Amino acid sequence: MMARAWLAGALLLWAAPIHAQEGLSGPDAFSDIADEQTRSAALFEEMGKVLTHPRCLNCHPVTGGPTQGDDMQPHSPPVFRGEADFGAVGMNCSTCHSAENVEFVTEAGSIPGHEIWMLAPVSMGWQGLSLGEICAQIKDPARNGGKTLEEIHEHHAEDGLVGWGWHPGEGREPAPGSQEMFGQLTRAWIDTGAACPG
Amino acid sequence: MTTFRVNGQDHDLDIDPDTPLLWVLRDELRLTGTKFGCGIAQCGACTVMMNGMPRRACVTPISMVEGSEITTIEGMDGPEISAVQAAWEAIDVPQCGWCQSGQVMSATALLQQIPNPTDEEINHAMAGNVCRCATYVRIRQAIHDAAATLEG
Repeated sequence: MMARAWLAGALLLWAAPIHAQEGLSGPDAFSDIADEQTRSAALFEEMGKVLTHPRCLNCHPVTGGPTQGDDMQPHSPPVFRGEADFGAVGMNCSTCHSAENVEFVTEAGSIPGHEIWMLAPVSMGWQGLSLGEICAQIKDPARNGGKTLEEIHEHHAEDGLVGWGWHPGEGREPAPGSQEMFGQLTRAWIDTGAACPG
Repeated sequence: MTTFRVNGQDHDLDIDPDTPLLWVLRDELRLTGTKFGCGIAQCGACTVMMNGMPRRACVTPISMVEGSEITTIEGMDGPEISAVQAAWEAIDVPQCGWCQSGQVMSATALLQQIPNPTDEEINHAMAGNVCRCATYVRIRQAIHDAAATLEG
């Protein structure tokens, strides 16, 4: 009897759609919200778990240079944005960061890297903003680098630097879920009208 | 096998691809002017030029150097490094000296890009080069002096 119950439970799990993945729910988890605008805003709130994760926020400062680590400490050594969002003249991001994460040889941990490692522009600064304010920024072509919503989806679902957030190297917590699920949430958010949380 | 160029000389080295460039420079090529300070890109003592730009050799796996041109303190040449070295000597910038190779590399890179930098530009460019003797005031003065020399 117990074996049959276990088998039934296992089959149920196997057949069920994936609603959640390491701290992030998929679009299906919001399908019971009847009002489309409310559902859209709820989808963005779920996306916000990624957008406001330290892996994303650290390089989306509003002023000054980046922060670092899961506790978002000021970057060490101190670095400055520079005119190209790529560090000061003489000390670009690429002085230390490279096209891939590099594990330290002398102690635990790693220095993060990806092609191209740089700060998000000032117009895309998110630190200290509410989720509604981040949402409005993401939708605004004047502040999002001239992107359409479709291009925002492509950026979230396929951009390599965004994807680094789930492969951050030793010593850093990955963003919740996966880039694939983040892309699915973005798709569903756009398809439901791209509403912003209040 | 990793193929790269150091101070104008070609090298083909069969070495673990994760080995830091700093290890290769010091232990394999015996170029000991570049110093080990922290091993985690926090102090700048291991600064070299990689394809003409400053790079911390302690966090640069040798696999990443394939096809690159590396210049260490031993191979630096040109008006900026000459001006920096003269300025360094003129006001006795170094104290213990351990960080100075990296300081000179970063200062030279700055002057190559900004011939007459402001205090702020110097502070920003040199922020990743730590000096445990705290010779920062002399370092900044020497960079200004080198810039003045370069301007003639």
